[in-house]
Amino acid sequence: MAQASGIGDKLFRSVLFIAAAVVLIIVGGMIAMMFYNSLPSIQRFGLSFLTGSEWNPAMDKYGALPFVYGTVVSSLMALLISVPISLGVAVYLTEQAPGRVARPIAFLVELLAAIPSVVYGLWGIFVLAPFIREYLGAFLQEYLGFLPFFQGRLTGIGMLTGGIILAIMITPIITAVVRDVLEAVPTTQREAALALGATKWETTQVVLVNAVPGIAGAVVLGLGRAIGETMAVTMVIGNTPQISMSLFEPAYTIASVLASNFADATGGVYLGALIEIGLILFLVTFVVNAIAKLLVIGVRRREGTVGG
Amino acid sequence: MGTRTFYFLALMLTTAFTLVGCSGQKIGNATGDSSGGSVRLQGSGSTFVKPVMDKWMSEYGRAHPNVKADYQSTGSGAGIKAIQSQTADFGATDAAMTEDEMKQSPAEIVHIPVVLGAVVLTYNLEAVKEPLKLAPDVIADIYLGKIKKWDDPRIKADNPTAALPSTDITPVYRSDGSGTSDVFTDFLSKLNPEWKEKVGRTKNPQLPAGVGMGAKGNEGVMGQVKQTPNTIGYVELTFAKANNLPAALVKNSAGTFVEPSPETVTAAASGMLANAPADLRMQITNAGGANSYPISGIVYTLIYKEQKDAGKAKPMVDFLWWATHEGQAFTKDLHYSPIPADLVKKVEEKLLSITVGGKPVRQ
Repeated sequence: MAQASGIGDKLFRSVLFIAAAVVLIIVGGMIAMMFYNSLPSIQRFGLSFLTGSEWNPAMDKYGALPFVYGTVVSSLMALLISVPISLGVAVYLTEQAPGRVARPIAFLVELLAAIPSVVYGLWGIFVLAPFIREYLGAFLQEYLGFLPFFQGRLTGIGMLTGGIILAIMITPIITAVVRDVLEAVPTTQREAALALGATKWETTQVVLVNAVPGIAGAVVLGLGRAIGETMAVTMVIGNTPQISMSLFEPAYTIASVLASNFADATGGVYLGALIEIGLILFLVTFVVNAIAKLLVIGVRRREGTVGG
Repeated sequence: MGTRTFYFLALMLTTAFTLVGCSGQKIGNATGDSSGGSVRLQGSGSTFVKPVMDKWMSEYGRAHPNVKADYQSTGSGAGIKAIQSQTADFGATDAAMTEDEMKQSPAEIVHIPVVLGAVVLTYNLEAVKEPLKLAPDVIADIYLGKIKKWDDPRIKADNPTAALPSTDITPVYRSDGSGTSDVFTDFLSKLNPEWKEKVGRTKNPQLPAGVGMGAKGNEGVMGQVKQTPNTIGYVELTFAKANNLPAALVKNSAGTFVEPSPETVTAAASGMLANAPADLRMQITNAGGANSYPISGIVYTLIYKEQKDAGKAKPMVDFLWWATHEGQAFTKDLHYSPIPADLVKKVEEKLLSITVGGKPVRQ
């Protein structure tokens, strides 16, 4: 093989380098531009922006807390509902199911990821919200109504509906990544467990223990998706900036307030406040996704994708 | 040259091009070319006016096939912002621009009234067959969270025969920047001092904590009210009619409970027009007269006084001229109100004042 590359190779390499550099410039530029545009708000409110819970454009008062609360609670609720289900599906598909059953189920789960966000939102308004209002919510309010989570006005639109829709939306992602991670665990581990007399369930436990960092990565990836999800949540969460213990009350997430109000925010501080909220979301998503990627890559490198 | 220098130069060139490409605001029409036979006009803004604007654009398009106009209903706030940043050829808003907004615009913007409409209180109550009668104080207190149940004595007092359930009221308001909100809150601010202090007249009303829920656009509020029982929301009359939901009768300044309709909106406007300011920015809420509907509003289109694109300026002014003359025939069927004759004269003056390259667009 010839040693030094010709001009063709050099050109090829520099084009690729430019492509990579452009992406870095864009991301860096975005952060810089957002920071610059949120200066009016940063100068006015400083750190109290993060703890302020009043959002009133008419009176020029802004505080990010209701949106951070809404984002955190809806995403955590989505994780709580989705992770057990996703883990169960992934374990079933990799460990238990025979091939011809596994393939269609896997296909259907992945299809969930392909459904547009707006369609989820419509489904939420027309199917899920009435269901929660008439059946699930009514049931929870009647039997568990002593808990502060299930008090409050039940209209079908609110934090709970948002959380459930997010759970459905992140399930395919978590399932796909966990399946990948479980398949990356070398068969030698499974064979060793079985050789020592373990049952199918105990073998699965061994595999899961091996895959814990990867599963953590998958969960964090799902969290990253849930935090940023916009359209579906905006349609069912009630768009009210308030902090309430009740899961039935309407709420507001960062992505939803940006979707609702960005187009019509005129003026320095209002626009600056919205961009500052967007910057918070940007940075949080960035960090969350970086952690996820590191965890997943760590597992893949450790176990090796070529079977043991 | 060495590889490092090569890469460095390539990177610098890329950065330079990227920066030049995204430098600042571009002045000038952003929506495609207007040369050749066909012209594209892009309007955006008020969701209040969308039904009649769509009708106008389709009727005008049939008579003038070389003009392709379309309208995005993004909300009055977004419409104002779109015309300020010149991402649309014209904006539409039910809330006239404020002094601050006028100051922030790069050039002078003219308000052209095109149609009048009624902001109605629509609600989802299966058991109630006749439209409810609501007084302004009752409406304000519902939206402030002070009246919590449908069978509250104050609602019952005005509606003794209605089968009001004892369920919680959920008021729905606009979460986006809305001209409809501006008209609604202006009406309540004029009549209810507590409302004026707590919420005020605004495109972005914030209700007290724990009250109500927000929806995006007239369509969003309508959808919310239609889907959820025991809700009440404020929308343009045409949305309530299209969805077969009732529109409440509102008590006006003369003490009568008036049904929202094109006639009662016209009655409201004719009283107020005598005091119209020169730039036509005004509110017609709480008008005097026995038959006036108190929550009436004017929809304005916003265009720059000095147009930059000659190819677009004439079709746009012609379209607006048509809409405010022949187009008014389509308004009543869609439950809007045509602009009164003396206002049409003022609209004509405004349209004739639009210039391109120093010369009036239309003589």
